Amino acid sequence: MNVLQDSLLELIRRTSTEIPDDVHKAILGALEREKQGTIAASAMKIIEQNIALAKTKSQPICQDTGSIIFYVDCPMGFDQIGFEQAAREAVKMATRKGFLRQNSVDSITGRNDGTNVGPGSPILHFHQHAPEEVSVRLVLKGGGCENVGAQYSLPNEKLKANRDMDGCRKVILDAVLQAQGKGCGPGILGVCIGGDRATGYEFSKQQFLRKLEDSNPNPDLDKLERDIVDTANKLGIGPMGFGGRTTLLGAKIGVLNRLPASYFVSISYMCWAYRRQGVALDFAGRIQKWLY
Amino acid sequence: MIQLTTPVSEADVRSLKVGDEVAITGTVFTGRDAVHKYLHEGGLLPPGVSFQGGVLYHCGPVIIKDEQDSWKCVAAGPTTSIREEPYQWQVIRDFGLRGVIGKGGMGERTVEACKQYGCVYLHAVGGAAQVLAECIKRVPNVYFMEQFGAPEAIWEFQVVSFPAVVTIDAHGNSLHKEVLAVSQAELAKYL
Repeated sequence: MNVLQDSLLELIRRTSTEIPDDVHKAILGALEREKQGTIAASAMKIIEQNIALAKTKSQPICQDTGSIIFYVDCPMGFDQIGFEQAAREAVKMATRKGFLRQNSVDSITGRNDGTNVGPGSPILHFHQHAPEEVSVRLVLKGGGCENVGAQYSLPNEKLKANRDMDGCRKVILDAVLQAQGKGCGPGILGVCIGGDRATGYEFSKQQFLRKLEDSNPNPDLDKLERDIVDTANKLGIGPMGFGGRTTLLGAKIGVLNRLPASYFVSISYMCWAYRRQGVALDFAGRIQKWLY
Repeated sequence: MIQLTTPVSEADVRSLKVGDEVAITGTVFTGRDAVHKYLHEGGLLPPGVSFQGGVLYHCGPVIIKDEQDSWKCVAAGPTTSIREEPYQWQVIRDFGLRGVIGKGGMGERTVEACKQYGCVYLHAVGGAAQVLAECIKRVPNVYFMEQFGAPEAIWEFQVVSFPAVVTIDAHGNSLHKEVLAVSQAELAKYL
């Protein structure tokens, strides 16, 4: 193991076993809001116990350790090939240690070689930036919440959703309704308005890098984000779809330009087990600080 | 909290209703996508596995070998059950299940099968892999490991006080149907 591999293994371990502070705070708020004695309150209590236990035992919060998505911001001249190799090795090691489930399956043969490394796994996004620092963010996104993601093409006649902000609002709330408890709510939405089908979904996932307590710098989107959370929490879907007061912990919405002919709204759903962490690395690959 | 011990009798199952919180003790087998498709296509359960009066758990656990070379369950929460909707009714009918543990609820065919054959759907808290793994005291056996891979294999768990909520009972009631109807009506007010 080289230094970079060690750092990435530690990033994976911590992402899989410890919930970020901003998410934990939101979960504690939801626990307080649920009416005592309901099954929704029981579910939130179990969630809270689970978060503590995972951290203490250094074991995965959820057994579905999900798609392994790295976002790497790096300076000019950074060795991306070397990084990718180190990431693959760290993923294999994390799987052997039980921080990740054997979670990557050949789509044709159904074979699972148990390494978590193969075509499309792990996923790496590199982005070049001006600072000398390398920052690596990791999201582990489980399959249950991934399956309730949705992409709408506007106009949508059935939902009476036109090509405007109100139309976006309608389809986003429809996605919440369709998801019910299947995505392990209370959930967090990442949304992209615009883009093509691929970049739309991709950008919707990038919204999960934002902290829950931040505000959207675009006032229209900020208003929509707050409205989506407030309205969703009036629907009575609740934790696990048991009925209750908290259906969403947050909604983060980004926007990309679109073609005149296309108007996509892409929605990714993140479960309460929102596993996201990041590190700033020095030149040698040592962890300098944690980003969340 | 209602105690439920395997094997479960039909009378015990029929006495449960939607919203009941239960604690399950005894033997639980895991089975998810690959196992359901296999059984649906006429596959047989391996020797040593019986679902009669039993409880099936929609779960793909994280399991490693400990220092004594025994299986150790590191994380084991429920997976989304609705993917088994095309098959579940048949598995309940043909293999004598009394309980199915999962998350997210199931559809009309499963609700009907629960009513007709005497079975309940037990909702565990999704994502609570550590709290639930604590209830798994022993992992005596695994079946179909080579064929289906670790998450999709049939794992035999000895569980004590495994917590779940009845969200589909054996009388045709489904909490999932109720919550969907309520939330649909609520949403209409805000559009």
